[in-house]
Amino acid sequence: MNKWTNTKRVARYGLIGFIRNGFVSFSAILVMTITLFVIANILLSHAALNSTLQQLVNQVDVTVYFTTETSEGEVSDIKRALEALPEVALVSYTSREQALMDFRERHKADQLILQGLDELGENPLGASLSVRAKETSQYESIAKFLDTVEINSTSGVIIEKVNFHQNKAAIDRLTDIIATSRENSIARFLLFALATLVIVFITIRFAIYTAREEIGVMNIVGASRWYVRGPFVIAGALYGVISGLIVLMLLYPILLFRPVLVGLDATSEILFGDFDAFQYFTDSFPLLFLTIMGTGIVLGVLSSFFAVRRYLNV
Amino acid sequence: MIYYDKVTKQYNGGAPVVHEVTLGIEPGEFVSIVGHSGAGKTTLLKLLFAEIKPTEGSVYFGSNDVHTLSSNELLKLRRNIGTVFQDFRLLPTKNVYENIAFAMEVAGHSDDDIQADVPHVLDLVGISDKIWSFPRELSGGEQQRVAIARAIVNQPDVLIADEPTGNLDPINTHDVVEILKKINDLGTTVLLTTHNRSVVDSVGRRVVTMDQGRVIRDDAHGKYTL
Repeated sequence: MNKWTNTKRVARYGLIGFIRNGFVSFSAILVMTITLFVIANILLSHAALNSTLQQLVNQVDVTVYFTTETSEGEVSDIKRALEALPEVALVSYTSREQALMDFRERHKADQLILQGLDELGENPLGASLSVRAKETSQYESIAKFLDTVEINSTSGVIIEKVNFHQNKAAIDRLTDIIATSRENSIARFLLFALATLVIVFITIRFAIYTAREEIGVMNIVGASRWYVRGPFVIAGALYGVISGLIVLMLLYPILLFRPVLVGLDATSEILFGDFDAFQYFTDSFPLLFLTIMGTGIVLGVLSSFFAVRRYLNV
Repeated sequence: MIYYDKVTKQYNGGAPVVHEVTLGIEPGEFVSIVGHSGAGKTTLLKLLFAEIKPTEGSVYFGSNDVHTLSSNELLKLRRNIGTVFQDFRLLPTKNVYENIAFAMEVAGHSDDDIQADVPHVLDLVGISDKIWSFPRELSGGEQQRVAIARAIVNQPDVLIADEPTGNLDPINTHDVVEILKKINDLGTTVLLTTHNRSVVDSVGRRVVTMDQGRVIRDDAHGKYTL
C-alpha cells in the first residue's frame, strides 16, 4: 500500500481520536496551555530583565576631564584612539565652551558661583570625553588605556581626572548584579521549563494510559508500530497547536491592558516599569510564535511518541 | 498447520500455566479447547499470536516458529489470524464500520475494497443495520458479531475464539456458534475455547481437554466431559 494512503489514514484517525476523546483532549490542552503560558511568561520576564539591565548599563559611563592647557587636537587624537578600542561603544566630546555653558546652566540660580566665575575672567573648565563601554566589566581596561595615554603624553599632564576611579566600586557592583541576574534568569527558566515539561509529559502519558486496551487490540489485529502510534502523535501535535494558539491569543489582550506581565508583585512592577511587554510581544511576535507553537508541538509529539511505546507489543 | 512443541509457560518462576503441551492442528479443523478456569486455554491461544512468549518449547505456524519471527513477519502472521474475545475488544472510539475497516487497512487493502467488503461481512454476521453505531451503543451479542466480522474480514487462515459466548445469552450464543461453524465450513481453521457444555456438544468436532496446564484428553469427535 502506498505511503500517502497510509499517512492520510493515520492523520484521519488522529483527528477522529482527538475529537471523540473530547474529555481527554480537553484535559491535555488545559495542562499544556498552562505550561505554555508559564513558558511565555518566563520568556517575557527574561526580556524584561534584559531590557532593564541594558537600561542600567546605558546609564553608566566614564568621563575623562582634560586640563585647560590640553589642545583640542590632543583631545581629538585621544577620542579617535578610544573609538578604535573594541570595548568602546560610544565616545562623546564636550568642548571647554560647552562645559562652561553647561556649568552656567546648571548653576543659574546660584549667583555667588556665577559671580566667582565672572571674576576669574577666563574659562576654568577643561574639555571632556564621555566613554561608554559595551559591557560594564570593560571600564577597567578603558581606564588602564587612559593611564597609558597619560604616561605617553609628550606635553606633560593632559588628563585632569578620570571618574572611573571614583565610581569603580559602584560599577563593579553593577557588573556583579547584571551577571548574577542573567545567570539566575537562565537557571529559573530551565527549572520552570523542566517542571512544566514533566507535568505535560505525565498528563499525556495518563491520556494514553486510558487507551492502552485500544492499543492492545491494534497490536493483535496486526497494526504496524507507526499505524498504532501515528494517530496518538497527531493528537499530541494538535494539543500543542491548539494550546499554543490559545496562549498567543490570551497574551494579546493581557499584555495590552497590563504592560508588565511579570508583575507578580509590586516590586517587579517598579523594577521592570519601563519595559513595555506589549511592544515586545508585537515586535518579537514571529519569534514568540515559533517558540510557543514549537514547544507545544514538540512536547505533544514526543510525549505521545514515548507514552505509546510502553504499550506496543510487536 | 499449527504445532505446539513441548510448550511450557510460567510467570516469574511460579507454577506453569501451560505445561509441556504438544498439540498439532490441521488446516480446516474446528477444535474446541475446554477446561476449568485457569486450565491454560487462553494462554495457549495467546502463545499462537505471540502476545506472550513461551518459557520453553516452540509454537509453529506452518513452518515458522512464531516466536523467532521478525516484527514485520509477526505483523503479517497476526493479520492472518482472526481473534475474537469474551470481552469483544472493539475499538471504543471507532464505529462499527471503522472497527472493521481498521483491520483491513492494517492489512493494506485499498479504500475501494474496504467500502465493498465491510457491508458484505456485516451482512454475513447479521448486523448490517448497526454499521454507524459505536460499540457502547450495541448489546453484547451485537458487539461479538462485530468482533467476528472484524476477525474474518481479511479471510484469515485461522480464527481464534477465546470464550466468545462467555458474556452472551443462550440465543446469541447459538447464533455465534452457528456463525463460527459457517466460517469453518468456508475453510477457515477455528480454535474455540469455552466452558459451555452445550456449545461444545452442538459443534460436535474435535475436543481438546486441558487441566492444570496439561492436555488430558484429545477426542476427534468429542463431547464436553469435565
